[in-house]
Amino acid sequence: MSSEVQLKRTPLWASHRALGARLVDFGGWDMPVQYDGILAEHVAVRSDCGIFDISHMGELRVTGPQAAAFLNGLLTNDITKLAVGQGQYTLMCNERGGTVDDLYAYRVSEQAYLLVINASRIDADIAHIRRQSEIQDLKSQIEDVSDTTGAIALQGPRSAAVMEKLAPGVAARVARNRIVKLMLAGAEMFVARTGYTGEDGFELLMPSGATPEIWTLLLREGAKPCGLGARDTLRTEMCYPLYGHELDEDTSPIEAGLSRYVALGKPAFTGKERLQRQKLSGTSKILAAFRMSGKSAPPRPHCRIVIAGAPAGEVTSGTQSPSLGVGIGMGYAPPDGARDGQMIEIEIRSKRFPARVVPKPIYRKP
Amino acid sequence: MNIPTDLKYAETHEWARVGKAKDKDIVTVGVSDYAQEELTDIVYVDLPKLGDTVEVGADCAVVESVKAASDIYAPVSGKVVEINAAIVDNPALVNEDPYGKGWFFKIKMSDPAELDDLMSDSDYEEHLAEAEGEDEDEDEK
Repeated sequence: MSSEVQLKRTPLWASHRALGARLVDFGGWDMPVQYDGILAEHVAVRSDCGIFDISHMGELRVTGPQAAAFLNGLLTNDITKLAVGQGQYTLMCNERGGTVDDLYAYRVSEQAYLLVINASRIDADIAHIRRQSEIQDLKSQIEDVSDTTGAIALQGPRSAAVMEKLAPGVAARVARNRIVKLMLAGAEMFVARTGYTGEDGFELLMPSGATPEIWTLLLREGAKPCGLGARDTLRTEMCYPLYGHELDEDTSPIEAGLSRYVALGKPAFTGKERLQRQKLSGTSKILAAFRMSGKSAPPRPHCRIVIAGAPAGEVTSGTQSPSLGVGIGMGYAPPDGARDGQMIEIEIRSKRFPARVVPKPIYRKP
Repeated sequence: MNIPTDLKYAETHEWARVGKAKDKDIVTVGVSDYAQEELTDIVYVDLPKLGDTVEVGADCAVVESVKAASDIYAPVSGKVVEINAAIVDNPALVNEDPYGKGWFFKIKMSDPAELDDLMSDSDYEEHLAEAEGEDEDEDEK
């Protein structure tokens, strides 16, 4: 294995080893896929709380008097709606309306924004942003702080109580999609009320060096360490897209069903013309969610979607749903074949199993 | 790691239990404790059909965890004479009791000499130690 490139390690790598995690190559990062088991970790997040190492994600600081104007021309959501301390889910498109990345944008001060981007997209995003900056001719400072930033997601119904122990008063102060800066264990960090699981929770962004101590404090409060396996089953139940699966440079947010994060009413932004046309005249494919009708092997990415007996698309994400006990997934299909309630088939290892198109999210809290 | 002494093991981590007396040509097959742990939470099992003829080393069953599908290989050749429907209904049995309730199927052997190619418990333990050792080497690089 000596010919392989050394995998990148997050500040929590040693802790993952010590906790007996199963580590896998995730886009060049040596990341925990599970500790105890995906099912137990999934259940902990739905019923109690869990913590995820998300230090591999990228963070960009965009600052300056023209930062807001620049970002509004770069991103699909309306960034002018953000007051200081607020964040929003948004997307970044190319001229063809294809998705360069999906991300969270926070306004952390009057003229400073923090973008949390996908680990696998850091280089592509920066190249795209620099090019757009030249085209728009709006000068703002763009700083990649990914390498010096560690991040932990605390997720689950008990998250607020755990947060209260670490930083009294913060849970009450930080509403959904808000972000605050505070001192914790001697380090300055951002705490945002966001996540990727469909549960209440927080994402903590901090200097790399402070990450192991915060992780340990959270473990001490009984938060269950959770790996990328549970992160994937949790987000799939909620139908949250994963870049590289539901989104890529040839797929638009409109096709992905993310229209509400595309502010077509705002002034020009990259990809707008194409997205507007798609919104008006429809697209040839849409992202549908489905649930297997009975016992089946778990659907997987690239499984064929069969509608009325004919191949009609491909699964982008699929798994056994730990919450529902059946196979679930998402995939692209022609709009008229993928209406809610419609019966379809998923071809898994050359066998076809019945499934039903369902509204998103696939899982709703009881 | 639980490795019962009365079983034979394949390199691919299946175990084989040879029947007694009139069943001495019947072999019960399952996966080892090591295998169930490596496979992680099993959520789906596909078994061969009763009466299927299987060849030694051929894939004849599939187990699926949340993350991946893995083939199960026949440790000996013969005919499938019994399958364990309980693990189809409750795949977690394979994780909970790999040598007991989590068995997969029974084969009526066509060539009992093939048993000699399987490993004893001590050989299997050594086989696992070697596999683990290779993992450690990788970690250091």
